[in-house]
Amino acid sequence: MSAQLAVFFLLAALAVAGAVSLIFARHPIRSALSLIVVMVALAGLYLLLGAEFVAAVQIIVYAGAIMVLFVFVIMLLNAGEEERTNFSRLAKTAGLPLAVALGAFLAAAAAKYAPSSGTGTAAASTKTLSTMLFRDFVFPFELTSFLILIAILGALVLAQREG
Amino acid sequence: MVATSYYLVLSAILFGLGVVGFVFRRNVITIFMSIELMLNAVNLAFVAFSQALGKLDGQVFVLFVIVVAAAEATVGLGVIILIARQRQSLNVERVNLLKL
Repeated sequence: MSAQLAVFFLLAALAVAGAVSLIFARHPIRSALSLIVVMVALAGLYLLLGAEFVAAVQIIVYAGAIMVLFVFVIMLLNAGEEERTNFSRLAKTAGLPLAVALGAFLAAAAAKYAPSSGTGTAAASTKTLSTMLFRDFVFPFELTSFLILIAILGALVLAQREG
Repeated sequence: MVATSYYLVLSAILFGLGVVGFVFRRNVITIFMSIELMLNAVNLAFVAFSQALGKLDGQVFVLFVIVVAAAEATVGLGVIILIARQRQSLNVERVNLLKL
């Protein structure tokens, strides 16, 4: 087994363990910390795929900014352990099998139709990425700034106290 | 060299786990984090395809997905704060009216 494959399986196991822990943790703060583990493992996988810039953005924006926001809200609302209520019968009997079937179907389809990884030499330098972002995708890029502006306004309107 | 299909299978597993969390958890914050997990799974598939096809479009898409996720988290957490203030609870089963 090559070193790359070993690193892949290590990071994949870390990501899956983090995701399972996210689902089963009773306290939201533990779920948040598990999600950070998943994101860091995914950043390692991006490095393995040769996407350094995306890995850095993943750590800085996702694991840094977004998860800090989550942890901040959890602590602000003093969210305690989830209260146990009865599942609806439909979710209990059909939900889990259907979710597992969805995951298995996606995995099977992906494994079947995956392009054979051959090229691998993608000139994935940050320079070419930025040229692409600011030349070919400049219009969507500008639109995202509007999106963020609207999100800021929306959050302000939602969170302010009435009266 | 790790085969692309390995990455895609991992992505599908993470997405499935996100769906399970979305369906089975009652805490609205945990449900929101499950959505983030699904977005991350899709990002992994994008980057894997980008590497397999030798094109960078996938990585640019991932950057856009991250921006949209940040905006979504901002607004969503604002809504969650509002729900917690109005209902004194984060359980989604207690939020059964669209009206506040």
